[in-house]
Amino acid sequence: MTATLTAPSRPAAAVEDVRPVRRRLGPGKPIRFGGLIGIAVLLAIWIVGSATGLIDERNLSAPWTVVTTAETLIENGRLQESLITSGIRAAIGLGLGVVVGIVLALLSGLSRIGETLIDGPVQVKRSIPTLALIPLLLLWFGIGEPFKILTIALAVFVPIYIHTHNGLRTIEGRYAELAETLGVTRWEFIRHVVLPGAMPGFLLGLRFAVTSSLLALVVVEVINATSGIGHMITLASNYGQTDIIVVGLVVYALLGVTADAAVRLIERKALSWRRTLAS
Amino acid sequence: MASHTGELTPAVRVKDLHRSFNKAGGVLNGLDLDIAPGEFVALLGRSGSGKSTLLRALAGLDRGVTGTGRIEVPEKVSVVFQDSRLLPWKRLLDNVTLGLRVANAAERGVQALAEVGVAGREKAWPHELSGGEQQRAALARSLVRDPELLLADEPFGALDALTRIRMHTLLRKLCEVHQPAVLLVTHDVDEAIVLADRVIVLDDGVVRHDARIDIHGRRSQADPAFARLRAQLLTELGVEDDHDAPGRPTRAHLDERAAS
Repeated sequence: MTATLTAPSRPAAAVEDVRPVRRRLGPGKPIRFGGLIGIAVLLAIWIVGSATGLIDERNLSAPWTVVTTAETLIENGRLQESLITSGIRAAIGLGLGVVVGIVLALLSGLSRIGETLIDGPVQVKRSIPTLALIPLLLLWFGIGEPFKILTIALAVFVPIYIHTHNGLRTIEGRYAELAETLGVTRWEFIRHVVLPGAMPGFLLGLRFAVTSSLLALVVVEVINATSGIGHMITLASNYGQTDIIVVGLVVYALLGVTADAAVRLIERKALSWRRTLAS
Repeated sequence: MASHTGELTPAVRVKDLHRSFNKAGGVLNGLDLDIAPGEFVALLGRSGSGKSTLLRALAGLDRGVTGTGRIEVPEKVSVVFQDSRLLPWKRLLDNVTLGLRVANAAERGVQALAEVGVAGREKAWPHELSGGEQQRAALARSLVRDPELLLADEPFGALDALTRIRMHTLLRKLCEVHQPAVLLVTHDVDEAIVLADRVIVLDDGVVRHDARIDIHGRRSQADPAFARLRAQLLTELGVEDDHDAPGRPTRAHLDERAAS
């Protein structure tokens, strides 16, 4: 009888393990470091292509050229300088956008008057790509830092507003009801119920906002800048220096990955109460 | 007792209460009800009889519902809902002391949690607790406020049968200590008889049946008085109780099957 069933994995073991086994339809166990394998394959193609001459040096520099260029850029300080300029730009724009987004979301989410005044215009703003506003912003603010930071902030505040507002509105009414029966003040209600309840929405918005801020950063730096990573890339493009362009792109990628990791870390800390993340 | 003899000022006084959600008909149609201080009243009724509407009216949670009448309730009212309604983002102790404005709030909260039998879980997140423990914490949150009136809307409805029995014992004990007036909305006739001093049956928005429970000492389902009261209340609720009818498979029969 048992012979017809699937054999146990360790037949020698004294403990019996006989069970019916169904064919697996799901994708199965995750592969360790699976996310990095694809990247490694891509790098390998790049290395092999450059070594064999299949990839033209004028289209894409060889990996070792990029590494030496990065070293040179670091040695003469150009890379750090550009990175700091770009980083500060993105951070200020992001910070401004986040604050504006949260304040507007709170005003709109907690009062009907706020909602009628704020929600409509933000929804309209949402349907206009921020980058399409650049010509107007250029006319108003010139090509200086204020223009760049404002563009980034404008790109950032929309996802923050949308997701925080959504988070606020989806806080269950029963919690508001509970707060009413406990006789808490409006401020206590905001502090203990509204803000923590909207936190998951806000953090989701923050992840989108970080991506938006980097996108806007790239655009404002490429269009017209005299400093920053984008400026470095634009100059290199004019001279056909693909190695410097690749270095710039790698730095952008690192910025993005670092920022995303930071937001995820905040998420883990701030949402430790959620079962989905705890287990 | 006071509601019958009038010797004390009632904790709750409801006069000619009307509530309706639409023009078609009222949910509460001129309801009168007095609850004495410290009296435990169980409120039975079919679905849609207005039990929850009455409870929400007493809790002051029925803004926007049209109606007339007069409600007098004490200053300190606590509500226990069917779900524990613990804020998932607050640790247990913070949930219990939320909005509690006394000097030693944390200390009182710890005491209250110990009293309901979840001592030592102050730092736990609500989702780490079982359903019964969550409801115990909800009771602690209500009682830490020293309510003069405790409103409970099917507080044990979502719990399994064994946990429910334990909660009944706990609630009786807590009420003996804290002496609040209690209005317990329930579907469970046995629960009403086990817990309450007085059982009210609501029908069509008015009190249809109002009786004190005169079973002294321990209330056992084996007591014939318990069974009589149960049958009577079920009749008031329009339910035919066929538990005692002949012809059903008996225990002996089931035991036989289990043995074979």
